[in-house]
Amino acid sequence: MITVLAITFVAATVAPLIFSKLGRNAFYALAAVPAGAFIWLIFQYGPVYSGGGIEEVLPWIPSLKLELAFRMDPLAWVMSLLILGVGSLVLVYCARYFKNKDADLGGFGAQLLAFAGAMFGLVTSDDLLMLFIFWELTTILSYLLIGYARTRLAARRSALQALMVTTAGGLAMLVGLIILGQAAGTYRISAILDQAGALMTGPMQGAVAAAVVLILAGAVTKSALVPFHFWLPGAMAAPTPVSAYLHAAAMVKAGIYIVARLAPGFSESEFWLPVVLGLGLATMLVGGYRALRQTDIKLILAYGTVSQLGFLTMVVGLGRPDAALAGLALLLAHGLFKAALFLVVGIIDHQSGTRDIRKLSGVFRSSRALGVVAAIAAASMAGVMPLAGFVAKESVLEAFVHFATGHDAPAWGIWMLVGLVIGSILTFAYSARFMWGAFATKPGVEPTPFKPIKPAFLAAPAILSLLTIVYGLWPEPVDSWIQPYAALFADRPDAVDAGHLALWHGFTPALGLTAITFVAGAAMFYGRSMVSRAQSLVPDWVDGDRAYQHTIGALDDIAVWVTGRTQRGSLYFYLAVILTVAFAVPATALIMANKPLPDGIYLIDPNSPLQIVAGAGIVVGALAAVRANKRFLAVLMVSVTGYGIALMFALQGAPDLALTQMLVETIVLVAFVLAMRSLPAELRDRTGGRLRVIRVIIGAAFGITMIFVAIYAMGARVATPISLDFPRLAYEGGGGLNVVNVTLVDIRAWDTFGEISVLAIAATGVASLIFVRSRGDRIKTSDAVPEGSVGRRTGVDRDSRDGATLAVAKKFTDVTRDAWLVAGRTLAPERRSIIFEVVTRLIFHSMIVFSIYLLLAGHNLPGGGFAGGLTAGLALTIRYLAGGRFELSEAATISAGTLLGTGLATAAASGLVPLFLGGQVFQSAIIEFWLPVFGDIKFVTSTIFDIGVYIVVVGLALDVLRSLGAEIDEHFEGKGAPLSEEDAAGHADLAEEAAESTASGKGTA
Amino acid sequence: MSINLTLLIVMGVLYACGIYLILERSLTRVLLGLMLLANATNILILSTGGYAGLAPLFTKETSPDSYNDPLPQALILTSIVISFAVTAFMLGIIYRTWVLARQDEIQDDLEDRRVAETPSFDAEDDAIVPLETSEFAVTPASTSDRDHPEATETPNTSTTREGGSA
Repeated sequence: MITVLAITFVAATVAPLIFSKLGRNAFYALAAVPAGAFIWLIFQYGPVYSGGGIEEVLPWIPSLKLELAFRMDPLAWVMSLLILGVGSLVLVYCARYFKNKDADLGGFGAQLLAFAGAMFGLVTSDDLLMLFIFWELTTILSYLLIGYARTRLAARRSALQALMVTTAGGLAMLVGLIILGQAAGTYRISAILDQAGALMTGPMQGAVAAAVVLILAGAVTKSALVPFHFWLPGAMAAPTPVSAYLHAAAMVKAGIYIVARLAPGFSESEFWLPVVLGLGLATMLVGGYRALRQTDIKLILAYGTVSQLGFLTMVVGLGRPDAALAGLALLLAHGLFKAALFLVVGIIDHQSGTRDIRKLSGVFRSSRALGVVAAIAAASMAGVMPLAGFVAKESVLEAFVHFATGHDAPAWGIWMLVGLVIGSILTFAYSARFMWGAFATKPGVEPTPFKPIKPAFLAAPAILSLLTIVYGLWPEPVDSWIQPYAALFADRPDAVDAGHLALWHGFTPALGLTAITFVAGAAMFYGRSMVSRAQSLVPDWVDGDRAYQHTIGALDDIAVWVTGRTQRGSLYFYLAVILTVAFAVPATALIMANKPLPDGIYLIDPNSPLQIVAGAGIVVGALAAVRANKRFLAVLMVSVTGYGIALMFALQGAPDLALTQMLVETIVLVAFVLAMRSLPAELRDRTGGRLRVIRVIIGAAFGITMIFVAIYAMGARVATPISLDFPRLAYEGGGGLNVVNVTLVDIRAWDTFGEISVLAIAATGVASLIFVRSRGDRIKTSDAVPEGSVGRRTGVDRDSRDGATLAVAKKFTDVTRDAWLVAGRTLAPERRSIIFEVVTRLIFHSMIVFSIYLLLAGHNLPGGGFAGGLTAGLALTIRYLAGGRFELSEAATISAGTLLGTGLATAAASGLVPLFLGGQVFQSAIIEFWLPVFGDIKFVTSTIFDIGVYIVVVGLALDVLRSLGAEIDEHFEGKGAPLSEEDAAGHADLAEEAAESTASGKGTA
Repeated sequence: MSINLTLLIVMGVLYACGIYLILERSLTRVLLGLMLLANATNILILSTGGYAGLAPLFTKETSPDSYNDPLPQALILTSIVISFAVTAFMLGIIYRTWVLARQDEIQDDLEDRRVAETPSFDAEDDAIVPLETSEFAVTPASTSDRDHPEATETPNTSTTREGGSA
């Protein structure tokens, strides 16, 4: 079975290739696959019927108890017969139905074949979850097949409708399957059915009853029972072969199959009969009634199918041996005649271009063969002797006569029988209407032009009709196929003998009912004008399709309403909601818990009383930042808090943090100034009034909540900190004295590696935001740049103070001896500052050396890759500020991208190399050796990792300078827009301050 | 158990100011707010280290608990540098917004407003389609079906599959 499935799906996968070679004849090749499987199936008859079924199990995910469990028993065998047989005939038919030039034929063929495979999988799978997977597979494939005509709105819409309805049911079914599987403790269908009786009376009986109803919901939607019957007529937008296969033989039978599969175990479940019989009968009547109103022969068949599906559900679900026998007999008969009729409709449509009974006339005269094929099938549908439909329907009536008249018959049993007879009358009437509408010569209607039919086209329906006759005349084989299934019901207390399928049972009550059916049906057909007048008088009943439209419409409305309420498009709104939740939930929890404050709270740390002063400074800075209405003032105030925090770190006993915070704060300040020099100085607060009050409330509440959350969280601490071991670990394992640095590069190296990756990404993000088209890694040297061309300012009054400065600067630039800075000459004279250039010249190299010292000493003293890299970054910043962007490229001749890559690669290598040497990732080693001048040297390999960190941080700083500094400079010059006076002034001031803070940063270190 | 109220109050103020700022329309202030929030979080982490102590530079004589806890310090160090990168990135965004739109304010998303006002009518779902009674239009067999117009006046010649895909 697994092989058959695999072959089918593989064939479906390669189908498009076959189509591109063979065109529509590829359908023949595809048809060979189910045909081959059909032959294989015939050979399985022996094992299935004498050996109690064949079983194949392949473990899939054992820990989840998922397995590919398949089982072929008589029910699956009969279903497969229909699926594979009709499947190959429909594929043969497709070869003549479609044209070579039809679009997407390959995909269509593949889907149709895969559908046959999915149906085969569905009926043979012995695992509830596998069953569900195949179930949904058929749903999706049917969506694609119905929507084959992608450009037609009707096709797309009905495909979607079918998908929505059947997936909704499928979802309910999944829940039911899981409940059932959990209740039974196994997902194996055969095992569940074995213990069905125990399940229904056991402790889980309520859950099991609910599960059964949910599974039936899936069956009801799939088999288009009332109230979900509307999707099936809608699905007639599919190409007719698809309708023939999906909507007659295969997919809609999946629901019937589920009912048939569960009936032996669960038909005595609490809600089973009401659902199955109630909905089944309603569907049968509604379908028949509506079929009589249709003028499209395909829709007559569609509603007829709905009616028949209701009929089948009733019979198959009744849960008695005779009904089970009759049900499967009817299922086979229906598959044969309905598929044949659909194929006939396809031929009529194909040859004449219409399916409208008001336009069709004289088709029988044009093609007698087609007429005969159709007549046989339609007669079988109506239940006329001696065809398959008659045999099946006879046994159904027999079963229901027994059911309604038996000694323990329920009071409503007789009404079921009456309903069935009425349904059969309607069936007879619409069968006649179909034949008349499709083939009759109607007075007053022009004969429809009808092209001759090629034999290959007619073959498939002809074979099906032939089988209908054979089945009718010789029902014994079918009887023997089904008897084992019917025998499953034989151990019921009220079981009756299943009886046998036969053409002639003698003069039975069922035969009498059939006679009534024929007479009344024929009367309805002859009085069809009266019937349709009566029908037009009846107002439209509740229309499932319209109900669906309203439901979907209401869903749309709700969706729009909810979206409109929640997705306001205002960041303020979103943040306010998120933040309110963020403080309200913990605050509520704290208040509800109502715990006393923990011990150990102190305001002033005895080890560091100065903290309160630093704290006051930070608070003032933060409040001032909030109040500031000038952009740079606000930035400065935030910096004040930053420097204050650096101080706080120092006071707490964290020199590394203080150093790093200092450096970062300085570079950030420069970056701010560089990025914001073009923005207006004013920082207006637009959100005023009520909104501001809300902001204050949210902010204050959040802050206070955080204080209390922190107090309680820290108070709840019971374990000793793991970091108590860190000093010893750092010294013994990491070979370093600076515990923080060893933690970063060794103990928690993975963290740090993740972090430098983030740095590289952020740096690239900055570069791409500014450079837009590239990463800006090409470097221009200053040689080709004309002297004094960068940042030229115009319109300075010669007599003003600025003018005087300019004059001095010009004099400075005219000096011919060696320049202080390489690219200083490229700057316009008014941009240059003598002192700054000289100082830069003096301190740049010292800073670089110092940064390397920080990097290497960091293992034992405050410092490390981060601090070192930031120091080097600051040195570059100074070069850039003093000498402009060409100075920067002279200072750093390697591109930022290369630096980032090198740094990451170095760090990664330091992590991976130990792996090849037999250690673990990021394991470090201590190497001690002696060098002539330096003496004993202790080298720890994690320093290499730190070097990687250093390079990445330098790359980040360089990227920031090149993007926010150099490239924005170029934007200005490119536009010819001079900087405003104010901004330029701010630029210079802050640059100086930046230099000063660097000095103080070093001081702290 | 040691809970440093000074640090926590500073943290609370920084959180409050940061939250106040990120609830603002100006992108610059939002960025400043984020920086304050990062600082606040660093202080929070720092306060978990307990009493101020010696700098965690190992000497054999010192008992482990007289250092200030090195683990929060390592975490904060990471956090500081990451906030630097994020700040730089935000600055890039602010600059780009300014270049593109000449404003550094967070605009409301007009598309969202429009969605909120959209009626639920959707042509794909709700338009009325004529009943189609054939997949094959009645055209003389000779002409190409591909050129057939999409919709026609009579229902039985509505459209062909080929016509649609043309």
